[in-house]
Amino acid sequence: MKTFQGKTLSWRITDGVIELILNHGPCNEIGLAMLADLEQFVAALGTLKNEAHALIISSARSEGFCAGGDLRELFRLSQEVSGAEKLSGLRNFIERIHRVMNALDEAPFTTIAAVNGLTFGGGFELALTCDLIIADKMARFCFPELRLGLIPGFGGIPRLNRDLGNAIVRDLVLTGRSINAAKAQSVGIVSQVTAEGDVFRVARETAAQLKKFDRDTSVAAKRFIKPIPHDELRREIDIFCELFMRPAVEKGLRKFVESKDALPYLP
Amino acid sequence: MGSLQNTTEEVLRLASEHFKVPREQLAPDDDFFKKLGINSLQALDLLTRIEHHFKIELPDYELQGVSNFRTLAERIQLRL
Repeated sequence: MKTFQGKTLSWRITDGVIELILNHGPCNEIGLAMLADLEQFVAALGTLKNEAHALIISSARSEGFCAGGDLRELFRLSQEVSGAEKLSGLRNFIERIHRVMNALDEAPFTTIAAVNGLTFGGGFELALTCDLIIADKMARFCFPELRLGLIPGFGGIPRLNRDLGNAIVRDLVLTGRSINAAKAQSVGIVSQVTAEGDVFRVARETAAQLKKFDRDTSVAAKRFIKPIPHDELRREIDIFCELFMRPAVEKGLRKFVESKDALPYLP
Repeated sequence: MGSLQNTTEEVLRLASEHFKVPREQLAPDDDFFKKLGINSLQALDLLTRIEHHFKIELPDYELQGVSNFRTLAERIQLRL
């Protein structure tokens, strides 16, 4: 279908470009609702590829591209069950997330993440599935998971390892600090930094450039350049699930959920 | 490298311009969360503007516990 409106996102095809737009308050947090919409999108990729040569993922929220996993929902659901049921529910969720991320990573056209504002945690991981990241100059990137007693669980570390030197991966994950778009470009995460508010226009210009090339050749090149790190991704799921069962995680999630700040993103 | 006083003034001016609060209503020892009416997301936005303006990299964990303009300026000054 050429257009779709879900609960948390929409897509349309314009000039051979699929524009997938996230729009779920407060900042496109990835919970069950967004996961379901993303699953619907990847299920449609087989049909969409016949009409498109590129995909742009962007956000309609001024707060940012995506602040990561829906921690409030995660905390609530984790409180409703315990033990083996909690672990199996978590693993099921994470494995669904990984299936979506992997499908986006190997999408049959060139993909662009047009990011603005907060691009944290799972949002950063979503951007990393794309072939190109174009960032608004005010975008910030962060893996804050250690603050919660976790590691990134949506495929971030294997994809960062694929793209960057290990030192910057260690810096981002072990300090949990956020970096701005200029810094992200200097270390190789971001391909273009745009003027404030201009990221979508630049993404469209880039997508227009991609139209000049044979799509199948582009896909062959992409798959050669950017293999999916399947073994490392499976290992990440195991480590994430193991860490999640520790008391420190419940403590970290509770602190986040009980914060008086509606958007508690400072360390 | 400018003085701490200059740095403080530049921070106050940046905050005033971006968050549309008259400069004369801001003082160095004001709590910027309360005075600007911002949350932590907007504080990160201010941090990005500060990094661009002063051409520095300022890890956000260095801002833990910092809530007034003067202390923020001191952190910036250490990176100049």
